[in-house]
Amino acid sequence: MSRVARAAKYASLILASLAVLIPLVVVLFAAFKTHAEYNTTGPLTPPRNWLNFHNFATAWTAGDMLRGFWNTTFILVVSLTGTVAVGTLAAYAISRFVFPFKRLVLGLFLVAALVPGVTTQVATYQIVKSMGLVNTPWSAIVLFMGTDIVSIYIFIQFMQSIPQSIDQAAMIDGANRFTVYRKVILPLMKPAIATVVIIKGIAIYNEFYIPFLYLRSPNLSVISTALFRFKGPYGAQWETIAACTMIVIIPTVVIFLLLQRFIYNGITAGATK
Amino acid sequence: MSAQLTAVRPAVQAGRARPGTKIFRTPGLYVLPALILLITFTYVPVGNMLWYSFHKWDGLDPTMDPAGFDNYARVFTDDQYRRVFLIGLYYFAASFAQIAIALYFAVVLSFNVRFRNLFKGILFFPYLLNGVAVGFVFLYLFQPEGTLDTLMGMLGLGEHTRLWLGDPDLANISLAGTSVWRFTGLNFVLFLGAIQSIPGEIYEAAEIDGANRWHQFRHIIAPGIRRIISLSFILAISGSLSVFEIPFIMTGGANGTRTFVVQAYQTAFQFRQIGLASAMAVVLLLIVLLLTWIQRRVLPDEEVTLS
Repeated sequence: MSRVARAAKYASLILASLAVLIPLVVVLFAAFKTHAEYNTTGPLTPPRNWLNFHNFATAWTAGDMLRGFWNTTFILVVSLTGTVAVGTLAAYAISRFVFPFKRLVLGLFLVAALVPGVTTQVATYQIVKSMGLVNTPWSAIVLFMGTDIVSIYIFIQFMQSIPQSIDQAAMIDGANRFTVYRKVILPLMKPAIATVVIIKGIAIYNEFYIPFLYLRSPNLSVISTALFRFKGPYGAQWETIAACTMIVIIPTVVIFLLLQRFIYNGITAGATK
Repeated sequence: MSAQLTAVRPAVQAGRARPGTKIFRTPGLYVLPALILLITFTYVPVGNMLWYSFHKWDGLDPTMDPAGFDNYARVFTDDQYRRVFLIGLYYFAASFAQIAIALYFAVVLSFNVRFRNLFKGILFFPYLLNGVAVGFVFLYLFQPEGTLDTLMGMLGLGEHTRLWLGDPDLANISLAGTSVWRFTGLNFVLFLGAIQSIPGEIYEAAEIDGANRWHQFRHIIAPGIRRIISLSFILAISGSLSVFEIPFIMTGGANGTRTFVVQAYQTAFQFRQIGLASAMAVVLLLIVLLLTWIQRRVLPDEEVTLS
């Protein structure tokens, strides 16, 4: 490759990296500035004191972020457990057995994958309301469990790669179907479960619309809605908003650095099903 | 949950005793929890939505007034509602930029590049971020005398600064730009994955035959990722109609930035016109289903071979 082409290639990569990073870095700068400093310095000026955690403390308490993280974690753990249980059971039946209306059931799952969740919320809201779940964490939990067709696909795909002879061997040894599922299939499904947990976990952590609609009460805030609440009253205190934005972003950075490879594989598996 | 599972067990054993019935009775139960959730939270809402869309209803009143096709007529004739389709065009246009950028970097990074993983990580990372955080990051970037204005000043473009989010002519472009920043990483990783699934020997063989990088792109990479690119374009159409978070968080739909879903949200939950909002949702759903049907016609499954 010619020297010019090489230089252009690296220049474009560096330019794109700057375009990604600058918007984030300036918010990080702002998060460490005092109010006076924020008002007198430009956005590209680094903070004078990198150890000024005052804004983070304000944001943490004013936004009730501990509660936000707790609620997010609770909803995350329960809906992920539910998704894995419901999804693997369904995938087990679909990939292993013949049962009446199987084609119809499969068709229902397929068509549902095309319905964008945001469009049906008008009507879903009435159903969740009639169940008395609005303003309880269970509204978000059942919706995260119930709207997830992609993970069932991932489970089915993976299960088809597990040889049937393994379950037949266990059956011959006297295991019933549920034991086969519990003791044979589920342990072998670990990679698929990890994929689903990662991509779905990130999606739930980032979800805004469902908690915004269904978890209106301030003590049910998840991190998205807790952050969103800063918009009005803190409009003049960008350094506090910046700190809170960073509080929300940091866990994502850590997870990404730790689980990079799994995230790439999971995203590819989830989007091209 | 566990109650259902224990209920399954006797059924399993009963099934084993009578081989004729076992196939029919038990496995269905395993699908049941998923099926119940699916029907309750996807099919019943879609059905109700159709029903609501032919009525005038505030969501509270026990009675609904039949409205015939009035709601649909309004979606297509009232300017306020028709406009949201046009707003979708900004995001649709932006998705071309998004796909082009993603494709360029996927091709560049599929060859040997120093710090390859670092660049890949940086380009992909925005896709993982919380939507509210992205909204705030860009509100900060676009605010008067904010990051963008300062950068332009440094580059000697100081007199070209605008009210990026306040000017109705520009606001949608700024928001669509934010959307490109957020979602390019996804396209990029998908394209990169498709390119890397092409066996390396093909390139080697091509190189021996004297193919340069352009030939390799034109005759090996492009056919190999055609499907994922076409798929991205079709997803871009439905995606650009379902834009919600970025405009809702950043402008709340002000300054002419109300997208289809923001408008549907406000119609349903702020103005309590459930019937009208349902009609909007039905129209959107029909568009998405139509596009998927077209996609299946245009891209039959046998094309998967190379990707």
